[in-house]
Formats: sequence, structure tokens, C-alpha cells
Amino acid sequence: MRRSPKPVIVAIAVTAAAATIAACSSSSGTSVGSSSSASSSAGGQVTLSWWNNATADPLKGVWVSAITAFQTAHPNVTIQNVPHQNEFFKTNMPIALKSNNPPDIYQQWGGGAEATQIQSGKLADLTQYVSGWIGTLGKAAAGWQVNGKQYGVPYDQHVVGFWYRKDLFAKAGITTPPTTIPELESDNAKLKAHGIAPIGLGGQAQWPDAFWWEYFAVRECSTSVVQQGMTASNMSAPCFSKATKDLTAFLATNPFEPGFNAVTAQSSPTSSAGMLANGKVAMELQGDWEPGEAKGDTTDKSIDSKLGWFAFPAVPGGQGDPSSVLGGGDGWSCTTGAAEPACAQFLQYIDSTEVQKQLVTQASIGLPANPAAESAITSPAVKAAAQAHDTAAYVAVYFDQALPTNPGLALDAAIANFFAGKGSNSAIINSVSSSSGH
Amino acid sequence: MARAESTQDRGAARLAAGPEMISGPAAAGAPPKQRSARRKRIELTILLGPPLILFIGFVFVPMIFAIWYSLYNWNGYGPLSDFIGLQNYQGVVTGSVFHQALLHNIIIAVLSVVIQLPISIGLALLLNRRMRGQTALRLAVFTPYVLSQATTAVMWSMLLSHGGPVDSLLKSVGLAALIHFWLASTSLVLYTLFFVVTWQFIGFGIVLLLAGLQGIPPELREAAAIDGASSWQITRRIMLPLLGPTIRIWIFLAVIGSLQLFDIVWIMTLGGPANASQTMLTYLYFNGAERTQFGYGATVSVVLFIISFVFALAYQRYALRRDTAGALTRAVG
Repeated sequence: MRRSPKPVIVAIAVTAAAATIAACSSSSGTSVGSSSSASSSAGGQVTLSWWNNATADPLKGVWVSAITAFQTAHPNVTIQNVPHQNEFFKTNMPIALKSNNPPDIYQQWGGGAEATQIQSGKLADLTQYVSGWIGTLGKAAAGWQVNGKQYGVPYDQHVVGFWYRKDLFAKAGITTPPTTIPELESDNAKLKAHGIAPIGLGGQAQWPDAFWWEYFAVRECSTSVVQQGMTASNMSAPCFSKATKDLTAFLATNPFEPGFNAVTAQSSPTSSAGMLANGKVAMELQGDWEPGEAKGDTTDKSIDSKLGWFAFPAVPGGQGDPSSVLGGGDGWSCTTGAAEPACAQFLQYIDSTEVQKQLVTQASIGLPANPAAESAITSPAVKAAAQAHDTAAYVAVYFDQALPTNPGLALDAAIANFFAGKGSNSAIINSVSSSSGH
Repeated sequence: MARAESTQDRGAARLAAGPEMISGPAAAGAPPKQRSARRKRIELTILLGPPLILFIGFVFVPMIFAIWYSLYNWNGYGPLSDFIGLQNYQGVVTGSVFHQALLHNIIIAVLSVVIQLPISIGLALLLNRRMRGQTALRLAVFTPYVLSQATTAVMWSMLLSHGGPVDSLLKSVGLAALIHFWLASTSLVLYTLFFVVTWQFIGFGIVLLLAGLQGIPPELREAAAIDGASSWQITRRIMLPLLGPTIRIWIFLAVIGSLQLFDIVWIMTLGGPANASQTMLTYLYFNGAERTQFGYGATVSVVLFIISFVFALAYQRYALRRDTAGALTRAVG
């Protein structure tokens, strides 16, 4: 659901993780083993193991009911729901994909990480199975294509933008949200004058820092330069350095809460999402999962109605289209094997309007992958975010996801170091092209 | 002592007779000796076999694999094909962030010995005295150790958040000047983490030292007191020297623990900000597992293993030798 791991409550020692994966792969091993033998039997029975990150309701409930409905419609298919902590997928998929019994369906965020996983040779090319309906998803499906082939399918989309407290903006006398960076800076000054910390930032996790630099880059660089930078893992184009310059100037205005370097992004009242939810900061640059996060971090029942949304402001003189947004999404990949057609059928069902609407209304995912379900969105703020996403000239996938995993995380770390006052523009630019940062 | 016929009795007799008897010439005749030799082999096979298999399977073999992986540029997917020799090792040994991480581990280890140890000894001596509420006090100092490291880390990151309970407490007692960015300051974060580690593990040291103190015969103290030794003299000349073996074991555990510090750091800071609290293991986890550079991660693990192993061997050789003499260095039977 969320694109990035929360600070893990259960930190996994490497050995413990290895033990877990051993246990998991052996259990799924039996199921997959029986499935392949079953699928070759006369009855055509297929069992699919499904690794997802819905460890808790409401998302878990939606998946469980989707399984039941799908199995009723397809009596020959059994889906085995295997939820894992989000963090698990980041670190243990290599091991799972190396084993002889990988899961049949698993959580997939697309982009460069997917391209890296394809090297395992275990990801199914779903192009032929999904060609009939993938078009209904619009541009969302592109993020899960590698070399023009559909190795994954999204079930929701994300867009990053500003979530702000309408009550605090009103208190500071701000009537309309800023549309340019200078306007944002002057609004920050107004908020500060009223004793309100302007912007929350969960700098501990690094990726929230990265959003800032990436957005400045998306505003400074033309779409084609960003695209080339991602495909070539190369950020030597001058506009990327201009992004660092913009960020330096912006940081100099002290827009963030004190001590942001140590603040977590999610899942506690002291996190940046919690600060927004509790009125300790006036805004935060975050994905569309923010309202759901905020709800969990406060006792304020009316938080939803207090939040508004505006797009990342324009940077004067930038080459990028001001309507472009930074985003991404969650999705699935199937692994190679006899069960590919059934797997694709199931993914099609998840992207059906029926299930997609359930995801919006029950699991409050931000944006459904299927645009037909967008009508189910009720929150005006989320609607604004969805609108910006749908009308964007270009949806740039978060750089750490668009790039292969290694340079992607090196970039996050370099940007976070910069925020902590220990980095440099050259460290950011070079982080993606070398394995520096060691 | 009467010659015991059955092996079981002999074992008991050995225990009673002490090491001199054990190392003496075998007294039994040839047939029982043969029988006992065979029996010993069976016993050794049954008792040592399973743990040996587990050790080889789960410690030794993975270690060999780690060394093997460390010679490749490998992201975990696909075959091991990009052999790069010692390039990963060069990267680790010359990497400035790894140097930082190693330095942080050493700082934590030194601070443990210099700060945690005296506090543990002092509290253990205090808690060893007979007093009202002794059990309750012992329980209190041991409680943090019972918490999982994850719980400790989550709890303290909330307590230490800026403007959080710790800051409020300082403010309310007029010490607002002491308020700092406990976790956000790159120069302070490591020491904040050391405080949390100390809070969690001090109880373990105290319990270990208390056990050591219980092992000191009260007669020695009484005799010294009768001879007119002061309380300080008794502590300094009798208790501390006799506590030596326990202290040396504690130092060993503390240093190895410091080298392998991970859970608390990872949850509280992820090694940040800007690597200011990176330890060798957080470095390994980030660069190996998260960045899916498994070859590189394996290299870090091998380097960490070498550092720990060299320390353990040197410490056994020079510091623990006296304590373990007889138990490890002399063949039994």
C-alpha cells in the first residue's frame, strides 16, 4: 500500500531473516509443488500462492474477499493468501526468486527494481495474457513494463504532493495555496510569524528527503532529460545540479521542523505524518497515502476534512512542465510456470472496477489503477491529487524506484546526507553512476 | 579413594577427586579401558554429532558461502558470473563510510568498558549487600534487559523525540539548557544510542557480576574483617580480584556485543543522520541487503567476522587464559 517501509518495528537480523525465508519458502514450497503436480492432472486444478504486504485490515479484508469471489468464479483455482511485512519484499525477494519455489504472485513496485528482478529469470512475461484489458488502466501500466513487455501489473497509483492543514493556513492568513516556490517561501514566513512550523519532514527514512530533490529535478529538467537520466543512471545534465542549487536555497529558509533528520515518516504521533495530523506542522510533501497515515496517528476524528492538497509549486525558469508529478504505485508480478494464465486472470480481477472500488472505499488506497473506479473517491483532497495525476504532462516515477535498486538507494542516501549538512551536489550526482556511498 | 568399577562411578569419583586425579595415569585394567574407550567414542558421537552437524550446516557452510560470494559482483539475482576477485574487499577497506562505522563500533566498545563496567560493578556491590527490598531492586535493574531491543528502541525514540517527554522533563526541572537534538545531531546521536544501549544492557552485567559475587566465599570477607580490614580494603583487595574472571568475561561479551550492535541503532536512526550512527552491521544491512549488493554485503560480513574472530582469539589468549585453564586448555580423561 505504502511505497516505502515504515521504520520496522521488528528489525530483522540477517540471520533471523534467513531463517524466516527458509521457513516461508519451505511452506510455500509444498503448496507450489502440489500446484504444479495438480495443474498437470486431469482436473486442471491450480493453486497460486500470493505474497502481499496486507498484514492488517482493511486492505487484508479486501484481498480476502477478492480471493473468495475469484475462487467462486473459477472453481479450479485456489489462491493462498500469504501476507508479509512490507520490508520483507525489499530484502528477501532475491532469496525467494532464487529458490526453486518462488511465490506465484508477489508484490511488485515496478521500475528499475522490477528490471533488476527480471535478471532472476523467474518473472513471467504477462504481455500476451493481459493485452486484452491492460489498456483500460491508461498510462498507469507503463511503470510495470520493461523493454515493452508487461512483467507486472499495478493495482493502485501514487502521486506525491503537498498535504496541508486548511485550519493552520487560515490562521496564518493564507487564502490560496502557493503555486510557485517564492510563494511557498513567503507562506512559510507567514506561518512562522504565527508560531507554526511550516513543513514536516520525516528525514530519518531518507526517501522523504529524496522527494524534495526529485521534485526540484522534475521542475528543472525537461521530461526527456529525466527519462534519459533514469534509463542511463546518469544525472550529469546541468539541470540536475540546478535542482541541488534550488534545494540549497530552499533549505536556507529553514522550512522544516527542528530536528527533522531524526523524525520518522510514518506510524507514530511523533512522525512527520503524525505532526501534520496533530497540527504541529502546517504541511508535508508526501504521497496520497498521507490521509490514511494521518488518521492512524491522531485521535482527531475530523482530520480528513482539515486536509487539503496542492501540487509541488513551479520553479521559475525550470525546463520541466509545471503539471508533471512525481509518483508511482503498487502492483504484482507473476513467476514463470504452468500457472501463468490463472495468475493473469486473477490480476485482471483485482483491476476490475468492482475490486478497485472496494479498494478505494474500504481500504482507502489513494488512486486506483483502473480510472473507472476513481468516481468512488470521496475526499476532496484526494480527488485533487487524483486529478493532478490524471492531467499531468508526465508522471515521473520516484527516482529510487525508477532506477535499479542499488543506485536508487545510493541516491536517497546522498540526498539525505545533503539534508543533514554532510553532503554535496557532486555526491548526489555521482551516487547513481558509481557504487559510491560505501 | 576406592577404585570405582563402573564408569558412572568413576565419573563421580573424578568429579570428587578434582583435576589431579583426572590427569593421572589410567588405573583400570586393559579390558575396562577398551570398553570405556569404545563407550567414550559412542558417547562423543551421540552427544557431539548433532550439534556438530548443526554447526557445520548453519555456521561453517554459510561462512564458506559468504567468502565465495564476497569475490563476486552479485545483486542476488541470476547466476554468480561477475568474478571480481578482491575488489569488494578493496571497497570495504578503503570506504570512508565503513571506516566511520568501524570507528563507531570501537567507540561504543571503549565506552562500554570505561563507563558501563564501573557502574555495573558499583551497582552489583551495592545490590549484593543485605538490605530491605533487595529483590525488588535487583528486579528493577534487570527489567530493561528483559525487554526486546525493538521495544526499547521504539520507546526511546519516542521519549527522545524533539520536544518529547525527555525534553519536557528537563524543562520542568529548570534544565532547559541541556535540551539537545538527541537523535538529529550528527555529533550527539552516537552517544545517545550508547545511553540507550547502556540502559538496556546494564542489568545483564549486574546480574552476571552478582553471580560472581555470590561465588566468593563469605569466610574470606569475614577473615579480613576480623583482621581489621576496612570495608574499602575488603572490596579493593578481596572482592574485586576474586571478581576478576567474571569481569573479564563481561568485557568479552560487551566488546563482541558492541561490534555486533544493530537492532537498536537500525530502529532508532537507520545509521543516520548522514552515517553519524552507522555501525558495521547497519552498514552491512544497508549496502548488502537493502541495496541488493549481496557480494559486497558478504564482504562486509567476512571483514566483520575477521575482526571479531581476531579479537576473540587474542582475548582468549591473553586475558581469559588463566580463567579457562583446565576447562579448555587441558584434555580431559
